[in-house]
Amino acid sequence: MAYNLVVLVKQVPDTKRITGEAMRDDGTVNRSALPAIYNPEDLHALELALELRDRYGGRVTVLTMGPPQACEVLRDSLERGADDAVLITDRRAAASDTLATSYILSCAVRTVARSAPVDLVLCGRQAIDGDTAQVPPQTAEKLGWPQVTYVEAVEAVEGGRVRARRNTGAGWERVECPMPCLLTVTDQGPEPRPPSAKRIMATKRARARAEIQQEAAVAMPGAAPDALAAEADRRAADLEARGLLLRQWTLDDIGADLAWCGRDGSPTKVKRIQSVVLKGSGFKRVEPAADAVAAMVHELIEDHTIG
Amino acid sequence: MIEANRQGDVWVVAEQNDGQLHDVGLELLSKGRELAATLGVRLSAVVMGANVAEHADRLIRHGADRVLAAEHDLLGHYQTQPYAKVLVGLIERERPQIVLFGATPVGRDLAPRVASATRAGLTADCTDLDVGDHTEPVTRAKYRNLLYQIRPAFGGNIIATIVNPDRWPQMATVREGVMPMLDADPARRGEVVRFRPDLTAADAVLKVLEHRPAERRVNLKASRIIVAGGAGVGSKENFQLLWRLANALGGTVGASRAAVDAGWIHKDHQVGQTGVTVRPALYIAVGISGAVQHRAGMSEARKIVAVNSDPQAPIFQVAHYGIVGDLARVLPMMIDAVKRRV
Repeated sequence: MAYNLVVLVKQVPDTKRITGEAMRDDGTVNRSALPAIYNPEDLHALELALELRDRYGGRVTVLTMGPPQACEVLRDSLERGADDAVLITDRRAAASDTLATSYILSCAVRTVARSAPVDLVLCGRQAIDGDTAQVPPQTAEKLGWPQVTYVEAVEAVEGGRVRARRNTGAGWERVECPMPCLLTVTDQGPEPRPPSAKRIMATKRARARAEIQQEAAVAMPGAAPDALAAEADRRAADLEARGLLLRQWTLDDIGADLAWCGRDGSPTKVKRIQSVVLKGSGFKRVEPAADAVAAMVHELIEDHTIG
Repeated sequence: MIEANRQGDVWVVAEQNDGQLHDVGLELLSKGRELAATLGVRLSAVVMGANVAEHADRLIRHGADRVLAAEHDLLGHYQTQPYAKVLVGLIERERPQIVLFGATPVGRDLAPRVASATRAGLTADCTDLDVGDHTEPVTRAKYRNLLYQIRPAFGGNIIATIVNPDRWPQMATVREGVMPMLDADPARRGEVVRFRPDLTAADAVLKVLEHRPAERRVNLKASRIIVAGGAGVGSKENFQLLWRLANALGGTVGASRAAVDAGWIHKDHQVGQTGVTVRPALYIAVGISGAVQHRAGMSEARKIVAVNSDPQAPIFQVAHYGIVGDLARVLPMMIDAVKRRV
């Protein structure tokens, strides 16, 4: 029994390393000043997919929606063993909230399914930039599939059903879910395998068309659009011949209705963004000496903080 | 898509599990009362399960004007699709203007599913909710009395205010402990609507083979005094000092995400945006730098004492008392001072 597995992954700014340079004066985040990483929980989702494929046979296709730079996570996925990778990129997808994003991703999954039915979609539980955990359940709803969230382990896939252990918040449970279905995987999921040196060598030149266009523009500054296009075509054809052209889909390729994408397709609007302002109130510096510390403890007892 | 209904209720989806109402629902009723009063509309609690009408009294005492109790065997144990189907049906029929969920694993599984089905906007993990006006920047259209959904983003480094001008209902999830729970009012009266939704086995395709509650090792939310350690503690051995101080104070031990990730203490002790939000009388932050994600979980403690060897640590900006020094020397001083007054 071989399974057609799709993993939805995201390249995110490394929010744990936000420094002063990353924040603009108006309080917005300068994403390009932040190192971009593979969303951590998506790596666990990928690992789970790879393990299921290794165990049962099948194919793992990784999808990501983002600007051309997002190809980095596609190459990373191929280096770790994914069979195929697709970039969904389109300026008209910009400013998509979770609803619009989930709509676009559901169209992409349906597009993958045109070649062969998809059995399982796996996602990280949430991304570290938005922290919402909304895209996977919304994608499942748009596909009309059941969902199993907070998955920590898959015990078996058999008889058209997935048996998984999930965290319920109040404990855990083991569930059986018919396929096709969507799983979200937490950081308690299987430890991601490292990229293999052999695969790194094999895929490091892989590019999507959008990246090729950017690279051609850099290599030929001031060139006419025709010449750039011709050069991009030439490079793309060369990579394709060597199996190194990453697939790239626009919103048209996946049959998306533009009214459901981007700003128009997003019911949530950001009204305002503020940098976090630290407010101190009545700060007392206490010397690291026995008498000063004792005086502080005394004050806390006096005001009934310490009972 | 559901048409806007500015006379619509404020709803709180009150989660229950195994006969127990989750605290977060009661906390949200307190906030919901405030929002409903501002809007001049009714506050309703929605509760779903096999047998849940028994919770109605408590929900009313905590602020609900009306309780919608959906009862069916297929709702006996939570699973996504039957719960979503019932809730979507209720929303389409009753057209609330605001629907609030606890940001628990159940809430985060259910709310997005419902938002997707109703094509509504949903904001996760709000740290505050308010009502206010909004002007759309491009169209200049004016909206009155929208729900302001306020939450940190980008790892907690910014605070965003989000609105859903054109989509109904406006939905949000809120984590446990973020909204204070007001006392129950035993004199409150309300309406109870009990009904059996139309569900068949085809609506509940997941089979739950086994489920186990996990004993929570520590109840941080209920603790008056918390001694929390971060990356600066340095080792599991050094954490012993925190345990000793907590014991001397009759408090509990908390931790930042860094300390949990380092394996020095169990995840159940984690305080912060992805851990637990606490509001103790006293929070002693030891070796915690005070990154915004952590502060989001403890900044409303009545008194905050920070111990850190780095005078630049951001935690000092929210602390009431700050001690720059080596915790290995400072904590024994604190333990000693606390013990001596006994």
